[in-house]
Amino acid sequence: MRYLPLTEADRRVMLAKIGVPSIDSLYADVPSKALLKAPIADLPDHQGEIEVERQMQAFANQNLGTASCPSFLGAGAYRHHVPATVDYLIQRGEFLTSYTPYQPEVTQGTLQYLFEFQTQVALLTGMDVANASMYDGATSTCEAVQMANRITRRKKAVVSGGLHPHYHEVIATLAKFTGFEIVSPQPAPQGGEDLMAMVDKDTSCIVVQYPDVFGQVRDYTKLAEAAHAAGALLIVAVTEIVSLGLLTPPGDMGADIVTAEGQSLGNPLGFGGPYVGLFATRDKYLRQMPGRLAGQTVDAEGRRGWVLTLSTREQHIRREKATSNICTNSGLCALAFTIHLSLLGEAGLRQLAELNHAAASRLADRLSAIDGVDLQTPQFFNEFTLKLSKPAAKVVEELAQRRILGGVPVSRLWPGRPELENLLLVAATETVTDDDMAALETALKEVLR
Amino acid sequence: MTTPSMPQAGATLSGNKALQIEEPLIFEQDAAGRTAVDLPAVPQHQERLGGLKRKQAVGLPGLSEPQVVRHYTKLSQKNFAIDMNVYPLGSCTMKHNPRLNEKVARLPGIADLHPLQPVSTVQGALALIDRLAHWLKTLTNMPAVAMSPAAGAHGELCGIMTIRAALLAKGDARKRILVPESAHGTNPATAAACGYEVDPVPADDRGRVDLAAFKAKLGPDVAGTMITNPNTCGLFENDIIDIADAIHGVGGYFYCDGANFNAIVGRVRPGDLGVDAMHINLHKTFSTPHGGGGPGAGPVVLSAALAPYAPLPYVTHGPNGFDLKEQDDGGTAFGRLKGFHGQMGMFTRALSYILSHGSDGLRQASGDAVLNANYILAGLKETLTPAFSGTCMHEALFNDDFLQGTDVTTLDFAKAMIDEGYHPMTMYFPLVVHGALLMEPTETESKDGLDRYVEVVKGLAERAKAGDTAYFEGAPYHTPRRRLDETLAARQPILKWKPPVEKQAAE
Amino acid sequence: MSDLRYTKDHEWLRAEGDIVTVGITPYAQEQLGDVVYVELPEVGRKVEQGKEMAVVESVKAASEVYAPVSGEVVEVNSALTDAPATVNEDALGKGWFVKLKLADPGQLTGLMDEAAYKALCDSEH
Repeated sequence: MRYLPLTEADRRVMLAKIGVPSIDSLYADVPSKALLKAPIADLPDHQGEIEVERQMQAFANQNLGTASCPSFLGAGAYRHHVPATVDYLIQRGEFLTSYTPYQPEVTQGTLQYLFEFQTQVALLTGMDVANASMYDGATSTCEAVQMANRITRRKKAVVSGGLHPHYHEVIATLAKFTGFEIVSPQPAPQGGEDLMAMVDKDTSCIVVQYPDVFGQVRDYTKLAEAAHAAGALLIVAVTEIVSLGLLTPPGDMGADIVTAEGQSLGNPLGFGGPYVGLFATRDKYLRQMPGRLAGQTVDAEGRRGWVLTLSTREQHIRREKATSNICTNSGLCALAFTIHLSLLGEAGLRQLAELNHAAASRLADRLSAIDGVDLQTPQFFNEFTLKLSKPAAKVVEELAQRRILGGVPVSRLWPGRPELENLLLVAATETVTDDDMAALETALKEVLR
Repeated sequence: MTTPSMPQAGATLSGNKALQIEEPLIFEQDAAGRTAVDLPAVPQHQERLGGLKRKQAVGLPGLSEPQVVRHYTKLSQKNFAIDMNVYPLGSCTMKHNPRLNEKVARLPGIADLHPLQPVSTVQGALALIDRLAHWLKTLTNMPAVAMSPAAGAHGELCGIMTIRAALLAKGDARKRILVPESAHGTNPATAAACGYEVDPVPADDRGRVDLAAFKAKLGPDVAGTMITNPNTCGLFENDIIDIADAIHGVGGYFYCDGANFNAIVGRVRPGDLGVDAMHINLHKTFSTPHGGGGPGAGPVVLSAALAPYAPLPYVTHGPNGFDLKEQDDGGTAFGRLKGFHGQMGMFTRALSYILSHGSDGLRQASGDAVLNANYILAGLKETLTPAFSGTCMHEALFNDDFLQGTDVTTLDFAKAMIDEGYHPMTMYFPLVVHGALLMEPTETESKDGLDRYVEVVKGLAERAKAGDTAYFEGAPYHTPRRRLDETLAARQPILKWKPPVEKQAAE
Repeated sequence: MSDLRYTKDHEWLRAEGDIVTVGITPYAQEQLGDVVYVELPEVGRKVEQGKEMAVVESVKAASEVYAPVSGEVVEVNSALTDAPATVNEDALGKGWFVKLKLADPGQLTGLMDEAAYKALCDSEH
């Protein structure tokens, strides 16, 4: 076994030192009827790298990867080009094989990049302060609702129909178990929902998405003002963080908490995870914020350094009174995010965001010119909704047979709703070429004919 | 020959110390317009931003690629890692992270899959999840597994929600969850997050759950219990079957915190102990990298009684191959815990680890982990003070009695370990042991490596007992930073970089 | 000094008419270590004897401060928000937490005097 350093001779010497005859005898506290005497028989034994790699490759071979065909998938996860530097750096053992930085003297590297990450997230979202990341965008948004409930001491969240249904469902699951209420209008790609009509004196927060799940970009400034007048907080969730390179940040619109999915920067699609949840808020709510925080301080010689701070909010100290039960953050994904953003810088992020918008805008022009295709979302960043003349799920399946991943049918997110059945979400990032667009255009014409 | 004596520490012109190089923040290395990514020109297009185009710069610094590479390389060199030396951080399982697992997680056809592709195009991915699920169910002798939880604490949340859903289905949600005092902080936090009252159960003088006290707290309002086994003291709960029977006797469920499954994998199947739900930290038992604090993954195995309430989504076997159940359709699933389908990148790494070890190798690994911990215990029991008598499981727990009268604290002792080139053991946890020092060597340490470690710990203990208190209070001396002022950080929180005042004024 | 009353949870209380000033004891601040944050209730809130009224945090611990008597919060020491160290420096003076309008003067008699409290602290050592 290549991962186990002990030899049989070592084991004999060690057992003698301990004073027991065998490893099995170290399991004397296990009730004997539950102690297995031999390896579990119906599972295979150990294998070398060659055999394991072959089996894993066989799994990969049965899939159609987005990098191997024209791909226009979004709906909360986006394919972007990740610079080679990112994956090299995050695999440095000092990052990859280190634990949570509880011992600051030997984890200044992790702590400093978390401090930089927090700064980047605060800047991007236009907020005062950000934490060191959460599991993903959906859990981050769910934590934001709980935080709003704590701050306002109210127990009702008004959730936009334009919020990604996975995010909505995660909040609803927690609501069911912890006893708060959710009200929500029906999903409507063309907008027109009146969220304030649902707000009352028990409302802790309004949750909206920006751009919304259909891709539409909306100004939430007036909604923020109205929410505040009603004593509620405005939570803005962002599923495509690259959009904030080109769009007015939610902080400038008056958001109280901004949550986001950070996958788009530095992290592969990876079939849905692991991703990195972003979480930012106003200074005045700092003590109610969940998650880890890296902070600046000085060492015994007066030099600038970093520590985890304000950890009394967390479970290992407050136990059942913690702001959240979360123990881990998404450290390595946050590292990938922050390295990618450092590589881009101000100019690179702006350029990347403009390329995304340009690709989507040009694709929308081409596709909406096809008979039987209508653009539903006139204002968008890199993703838009089309209404097709046929059910979108079937169209997507037929496109896939032509080795084109043509988008996400809205019915995948909300099944069983006839009014949404013909809607298709289409995303275009900097990875999409003119040839890809032409391929989709041609194939879509054929499929809809 | 004589060598010149070393000048005062920190006396270099640059502040650097050979391989330890000072590194400013990225924000302090900015030049406007500079970037490390060359992107094509933006083609002509109609702008469709609805008047919401960003009006102000974000404020990000511009660096070139070599600067960025150096920045993160220098930062990495300020970290301790498993790749360097013994990392005996108890309850965290800092074992070797095989690089094969990193390689396969990056294979095209896995890393570039979108979670919402048609299922016909991801049959291999679903098969991979199903294969890992098969291993987890077989290793635990449990009939079902919920794969989506993102980490151990998230798995706990999943498990307790499943229990609550099962009880609610009977119209009897109940009020209390019994949690041992030695439990990890996530246990009470989780129970409270699900709306339960946390009722603490004391430990007996052997470091196990006090069975009589446990039974005395049982009643018809008890929803279940959360028990870590092996427990946080590194001991197997030998009354575990009685505990399971007792909780089942009042109609409650047994949640096992599987954080320490690495001690028993291939040797004990939790399903044989009466467990109803248990999360498995893939980043501990199956060695997916800790990554400086995540991401983890915490699949939850479930008993037949709880399986119908497992959350969405899950993989099913359909007529056309694998399918993905993402919606409830009026079923009994309790809901959804995160976006998409779970930590696929961690599933891939864990399966690679599992296939590499196989049934025989996993059993050998847990045995070697326990052997290594007992070897440390045997090597140190005369010098340090073991918290409990007898052998241990995968970690050795000591109290601070051996430091009595020295004025050296557990913290000081741990900081001195750093200067010796070791990561400190876990300190002050579990809470039930005074000044606890918890050492978990894992199976991937060699005997020679452990011998050197034991010698160092013994040497430091003797130094402490000899009265060299000041040395310990000042440690560490050789790290990029000495002890950091945590009080200052908490009293005046600085949580992000701000431009210097002159620059702000000039803008 | 003799006008101070104490609780087993290490709060002190000084009554002047029907207004009582509440803080944590020097023993409590010493056990906590450097205080980094104090969370105070809002003025006007009604608190109940023995129930959580404020939170005091050090780097490694957070402790609830319980209302020693029932009453309404009439004033809080907001200076502690910016200078939490005051709790360490002058626990019985400038480090006070809240002033309550006493609901039931009878509750005062159930509290410890200095001698009884000192005996309690000694027994905890």
